[in-house]
Amino acid sequence: MSETEILQLLESVHDPEIPSLTIEDLGVLRSARVSGDTVEVVITPTYSGCPAMDVIEADIKKCLTSNGFGNVLVTTRLAPAWTTEWLTEKGREILKKSGIAPPSRCGNVNFPENRIIECPMCDSKSVELLSQFGTTACKALYRCQTCLEPFDYFKCH
Amino acid sequence: MNKHFQYVLRMGDNALILGQRMSEWCGHSPFLEEDIAMANCALDHVGRARMLLTHAGTLEDKGRTEDDLAFLRDEREFFNFLICELPIGDYAFTLMRQYLVDAYHFHLYSRLQTSSDGVLAAIAAKAIKETTYHVRRSGDWIIKLGDGSDESHRRMQDALDEVWGYTGELFAADEVDDFASSKGIGPDPHALRLDWERDVFDKLRTATLRIPEEIWPISGGREGVHTEAMGALLAEMQFLQRSYPGLNW
Repeated sequence: MSETEILQLLESVHDPEIPSLTIEDLGVLRSARVSGDTVEVVITPTYSGCPAMDVIEADIKKCLTSNGFGNVLVTTRLAPAWTTEWLTEKGREILKKSGIAPPSRCGNVNFPENRIIECPMCDSKSVELLSQFGTTACKALYRCQTCLEPFDYFKCH
Repeated sequence: MNKHFQYVLRMGDNALILGQRMSEWCGHSPFLEEDIAMANCALDHVGRARMLLTHAGTLEDKGRTEDDLAFLRDEREFFNFLICELPIGDYAFTLMRQYLVDAYHFHLYSRLQTSSDGVLAAIAAKAIKETTYHVRRSGDWIIKLGDGSDESHRRMQDALDEVWGYTGELFAADEVDDFASSKGIGPDPHALRLDWERDVFDKLRTATLRIPEEIWPISGGREGVHTEAMGALLAEMQFLQRSYPGLNW
């Protein structure tokens, strides 16, 4: 089986919190190849302590073993470091539809929120930061000053 | 002594022990957003500890995993800086300790990105992004509370006076540090000190806090000689594995 076919199989593996967001959209899935009777999948973690990575690893194994692969090896590669720049356009759309403002392009990771962030519900640019730390390690908490809804922002990383 | 292993192990211990202390606020912080922020940052440290201890285990080459290292070592086998193990105290103390260590980690991880140890460089490239957020957050609190009300200023000054003696240890150098800097694995601690002092002194002055005079530095972490608090911390952290050896999910 080719890498393309394996990657297609892995399209069913998604972010544990957002079912419509695949690990490919996230930029977490880096490569896959068959070597002898083993299939090796390489993933790169998002945040240091992200608990979803263990679930994603288990899901990858489950997906491939249920498709007939006896030996599945999931390798975590740290370098190059994952960055929000690896999120696909489709991934950003899905985040927005799930009520999460997608990350700005990080020109300078030291001052990410100097970029304009839009409310994922009403598109207003009039938003305020409530906390740099939201529901998960990767998100910050904002509130829209137009429609008054709070929302998560995926931090530029 | 395997100095490369020792060097990475210390870093892992700093992350693990500090993460453990920060976690103690979970459910007990002054208000909800801060509870979440503190827990998030604690998680970053624990995640970092996982990567560092795994790498240390590989360097040691005796088959010890991240879990073996975290849960089966005794007090004298931990090599974190003492500042990391200090009890959380009041919120002012926690934030002051946090800021001083965050500022240290910011400069450490910045420089480690060019380590001759490829895995360490990769961990640093990941860690520096998170530490940049950490030091902004803790630094903001130093200013808000230092240059705040009479009570917040008093608590922050007390915290600074109490914790300052523990900062010298961060920049001391023993044979392991010398080995690391000579091999390009880690930065020279004295250079780190200059960067740290520049940032920290500026921040503390802006927060209208008085920087304590030089006092006798308290140390022992590099030799595994800890404060009284460490035993209690490990008893709690290692309880499950000690009571039910080999227990797993």
